[in-house]
Amino acid sequence: MITARELRKVYGSNCALDSVSLEVAGGECLALLGPNGAGKTTLLRILATLLRPTSGSLRVGDVDALRAPDRVRALIGMVAHGSHVYEDLTARENLRFWETLRSGDTAPARLLGALAQVELDGVADERVRTFSAGMKRRLGLARVLLGEARVLLLDEPFTGLDRRGRKWLNEFLLAFKARGGAAVVATHSFGGGLGVADRVAILGGGRLLLDRPAADLSPDALHRLYESLTDAIEGAP
Amino acid sequence: MIRALGWLAVLGLLAGLAAGFGYAPREAVQGNVQRIMYLHVPSVLTAYLAFGLVLLGSVAYLATRRAGWDRLAGSAGEIGVLFTGLTLVSGSIWGKPTWGTWWTWDARLTSTAVLFLVYVGYLMLRQLIEDADTRARYAAVVGILGAVNIPIVHFSVKWWRTLHQPSTILGPEPAPIDPAIGIALLVNWIAFTLLFAYFLSRRMEIARLEEQA
Amino acid sequence: MSYARRAAVVLWKDLLIEWRSKEQANALLFFCLLLLFLFQFALGPERDRLAAALPGLLWLGFILAGLLALGRSFLVERENDCWEALRLTPGDKSAIYLGKLLGNCVLMAAVEIILAVLFTVFYNVDLWAPAAPLALVMGLGTIGLAAVGTLFAAMTTQVRARELLFPVLLLPVQVPVLLATVSATQALLLGQPLADVAHWLKLLAGADVVYVTIGLLTFEFVLDG
Repeated sequence: MITARELRKVYGSNCALDSVSLEVAGGECLALLGPNGAGKTTLLRILATLLRPTSGSLRVGDVDALRAPDRVRALIGMVAHGSHVYEDLTARENLRFWETLRSGDTAPARLLGALAQVELDGVADERVRTFSAGMKRRLGLARVLLGEARVLLLDEPFTGLDRRGRKWLNEFLLAFKARGGAAVVATHSFGGGLGVADRVAILGGGRLLLDRPAADLSPDALHRLYESLTDAIEGAP
Repeated sequence: MIRALGWLAVLGLLAGLAAGFGYAPREAVQGNVQRIMYLHVPSVLTAYLAFGLVLLGSVAYLATRRAGWDRLAGSAGEIGVLFTGLTLVSGSIWGKPTWGTWWTWDARLTSTAVLFLVYVGYLMLRQLIEDADTRARYAAVVGILGAVNIPIVHFSVKWWRTLHQPSTILGPEPAPIDPAIGIALLVNWIAFTLLFAYFLSRRMEIARLEEQA
Repeated sequence: MSYARRAAVVLWKDLLIEWRSKEQANALLFFCLLLLFLFQFALGPERDRLAAALPGLLWLGFILAGLLALGRSFLVERENDCWEALRLTPGDKSAIYLGKLLGNCVLMAAVEIILAVLFTVFYNVDLWAPAAPLALVMGLGTIGLAAVGTLFAAMTTQVRARELLFPVLLLPVQVPVLLATVSATQALLLGQPLADVAHWLKLLAGADVVYVTIGLLTFEFVLDG
């Protein structure tokens, strides 16, 4: 589903990403680990076609993302730091707005159905300003659900979620994978995301340091590997 | 190649100086100060050439997304602002002894001043954006709008002047009656164009090197 | 017609948010009131000086209020990274520009009507007699201002020193609109018929077509990645 080759992103003299290549197949979830500043968000934004790489190639769902970013956007759902919702609109109105822009199909049943899936149907007509951070995040996911995305890009989705929220998100990702979708979850904590990951990649200093099936590594081994790799980066000039 | 262009420009400027001060006659009414026209008119023509290239580079960048076009637009924009500034200053210097004031709101000077402001804004925009692609795209949009706006500005200022006050102030360009004046003007114009081409090539080269670093 | 629906939903969203938060409307109203006092204090108490400067002051008021209102028109998209989400929506982005433009025109129209009323009351000037032709001039001028303002606001929202860059970019480009509207307004206030300012109206209409067209064509590049 996602094929990235030799992605580089350079800002002036700062190299944010250096020759990053990876592949994520349908039904697979890639956990992208790395300390802050490693380039996870940059990579995710490039995969989402929000940022153009300085060089390299990217194909998503067999479409050249650099030539036809718009076609790729129809396949992608992204949940990033911002929840992509308007504070002064209700949950339902938010979905109505985004779905009109995306497809025009705003049948009330559909909107309510998406809200029900993220357990927000009870507050459908409350203004988002009254929501907690977790609820806003869930609304963002509802938006993505309506979008029928084939590729999900999540940037630190587990932050700010309580245990119940994490469990819910894990189940959501499992269901998404079961439908054949591909997911990339960027996280810097070992708490969330690893449960559903099929592959684990570690990004450090803009470079891909590791890319292995999750089954190969026990959580302890992974932890130790992560520490040593990131220490090496921090130690290096 | 660029070097040769530079030397050619210097030669052209020397020829232009000679033509302006030696060959062309002393103007009857204004005296020697009129000779500043040989600087003023080629400056503004070169500025228009520059902004035309900004338009070209902007449209081409949006169509192809090739960085070279953005370098053209940015470099031409910088040099265009330079020559526009030169036009304004030389116009002002010409005006002081001729009309007694440093500045007047006559149609051409006003239009040129507006042009200057538009493209200074263009340069400011370029300077404030770090990401190369975003900078190129946004600058292209402003560059296109600024260029297409030029005739609109020209007409609005012209009508503003003629319909508000009868113009007792002569434009700083009496029609060249003497062919010698015309020739001197032409020589200087060519020299300025060569100088512009030299500056542009150098500036684009620097831009290209900056991007590679 | 999906394009019209998409533009309409953007307009709906902006008007609804503005209605609910009333953030801008109140402050703008107060700003207009302040301008009135400012102009009077700047020009002194003599009636005649103010009367002579009136067309210019009116449009100066529109532009100053416009700078504030237009400059903030994409600020609502910065909250929660909605701008990013707009970039990710597929399809023709110019519909978003059109929706924003219409919303800005509505906002500007409201501000202008209020300012005009305040001028009539405080400066004792009769704007009612030439109301229809004046409304035409105001309408054409507003479209021009909003067309470029919306485009530049979208760009400067993402840039450092936004508050400085927006006026620096917008004002020089709007010089023709300012010249045309002030000249036409002055003529109309002196009682001249509409036919006398036809050339200004044509200039405004032509400029409007150019600005809106460029806005529609280039907005996707402002939004794109």
